[in-house]
Amino acid sequence: MQNRLFKWLFTLFVLIVILLAVSAFSLSLGPSGMHPGTIVRLMLGGNGTTTDHTILFDIRLPRILLGFAIGGSLSLAGVVLQAMFRNPLVEPYTLGISGGAALGVALGTILGLTGLLGVYSLPAFGFLGACCVIVFLSIGINRSVLNLQGLLLTGVMISFISSSAVLLIMSISRIEDLHGILFWIIGSLGETDWLPVKLALVAAVSGLAVAYLFCFDLNALSLGEEDALHLGVNVERTKRVLFLLASFLTGLSVSLAGAIGFVGLVVPHFVRMFAGTDHRILLASSFVSGAIFLIFCDAVAKSVAQPVELPVGVVTGLVGGVLFIYAMMRKANIVRGK
Amino acid sequence: MLELRHVSCRYDDHFVLKDINVRIEDGDLVGVIGPNGSGKTTLIRAVTRAIKPAEGEVLLKGKPLGMFSFKELAQQVAVVGRLYDLDVQMRVEDLVLLGRIPHRRGLRLMERRSDMDIARTAMDVTGILELKSRFVDSLSSGERQLAFIARALAQEPELLLLDEPTSHLDITHQARVLDMVRKLNRDKGLTVMVVLHDLNLASQYCDRLFLLSDGVLRKDGTPDEVLTYQAIEEVYRTTVVVMKNPVSSRPCVFLVPEDAIAGVE
Repeated sequence: MQNRLFKWLFTLFVLIVILLAVSAFSLSLGPSGMHPGTIVRLMLGGNGTTTDHTILFDIRLPRILLGFAIGGSLSLAGVVLQAMFRNPLVEPYTLGISGGAALGVALGTILGLTGLLGVYSLPAFGFLGACCVIVFLSIGINRSVLNLQGLLLTGVMISFISSSAVLLIMSISRIEDLHGILFWIIGSLGETDWLPVKLALVAAVSGLAVAYLFCFDLNALSLGEEDALHLGVNVERTKRVLFLLASFLTGLSVSLAGAIGFVGLVVPHFVRMFAGTDHRILLASSFVSGAIFLIFCDAVAKSVAQPVELPVGVVTGLVGGVLFIYAMMRKANIVRGK
Repeated sequence: MLELRHVSCRYDDHFVLKDINVRIEDGDLVGVIGPNGSGKTTLIRAVTRAIKPAEGEVLLKGKPLGMFSFKELAQQVAVVGRLYDLDVQMRVEDLVLLGRIPHRRGLRLMERRSDMDIARTAMDVTGILELKSRFVDSLSSGERQLAFIARALAQEPELLLLDEPTSHLDITHQARVLDMVRKLNRDKGLTVMVVLHDLNLASQYCDRLFLLSDGVLRKDGTPDEVLTYQAIEEVYRTTVVVMKNPVSSRPCVFLVPEDAIAGVE
């Protein structure tokens, strides 16, 4: 048993080292470049030029912290939802929450309300849209109209409906609005304001803490709901709390950084391969791995085609898709005993 | 230990249990028999709170089930369902340790030494200690069933509910599973309610039988009292001959094929 604890702590330690390495790598990347020594000196509170200071603390650091919070949140939501639905293809966006957020942003843009709250307008509309979907689905769960399969199918349908509606709005909107909506949907971490970054960090870390309160329930749920009931899990309450947790984290992430795809689907699968299926380690490892994945993809996005910056959602889709196929094929080989 | 008072259960509008009244005393080993769809599994689900009775109440140690939290219930009642479909990779030891979840206290993340010992004993009793590092999906159905029984024992229950624990098992494993259940009942005083399809296994291993048919309790008594050819022919609508097992002197049910009857006549 001590053995297992040691193994888990080691896994976590390695992941955190990788996280720090990737973050440092990403910090040194940018159109103006920056010497690693300068970064270390500035981080330790030393003096530097005002420009360096501004670039590091107002542009690059918030971006990495936002990547940490959102990568962590999305893959945590993915792990929780996959365990809850016992379905490996469920991801945070399956439930239609990102669709709702996208629709909120598109509506807000075309109605010319983007000036209403300044830079916070788009996130606010996105969050509003996400909340509408969450409330709708929660009512369904509470009235027991929707079982898990029903919830899933309803979510998929909401996704389709909202993406059609977004396409409709885009097809009739002006060209500059179109650009705004499209870029929001693809997703980006280019948020330089500290307030949303802090908000996302607090939400992500507290989300992780709440998820840990349910780690044994998640383990028990791995053999089905009725079996979890036999192990003393209050299944209905657990499902409700976890659904709210996952959808809140998804809604917040999507409204701050757009619909960055694939993090919540690919990362949990990958982590299960080396960390096992016990949620006591799976939750934390997925969180950290999600953060690594997103920060890495963002670093690629901003450096690979300089001076043009690629949308990070495109990079996660490309990298994530390839990783996912690789992971599935490896898993198939393991199942066949190769 | 367990008492059902006027319990009726239904799925939608269809009643599957009608006005069941039974008492199970401490240390009983009760078998539940009856044709497919007679409500055997529903009887178990009513005791685990997986289904809420439409009428009547279930009492555990004299207290209504609703007074127990799910966790308290799982500390006293353990269930082994029918063969599970496993789509997660889990080692036998980890599966058995799941049985310690109801006894977890506070925010403790790792198992205590005592949890490990209890899981070890459970695996020892069920004879699967040497399989503990194997993945559950690599086990045979018999071994897998034993692993789930070990998990149930790790819950340290006072009442053990088994739903067809011997279906799909060969006679070696049938005997192994039921011998073990009976040993636990005799030695540890564990109260057991087991759903069995096989009338002969029920007769050989149980002290008391409930015969269900269409959700109604037809008979409640010792195997000798319940397993008469009249009762079986009425409930199962099949011709049978009942004789005594020469060794255990419990009733033994022989099915008689249609053409054999024609031959006799």
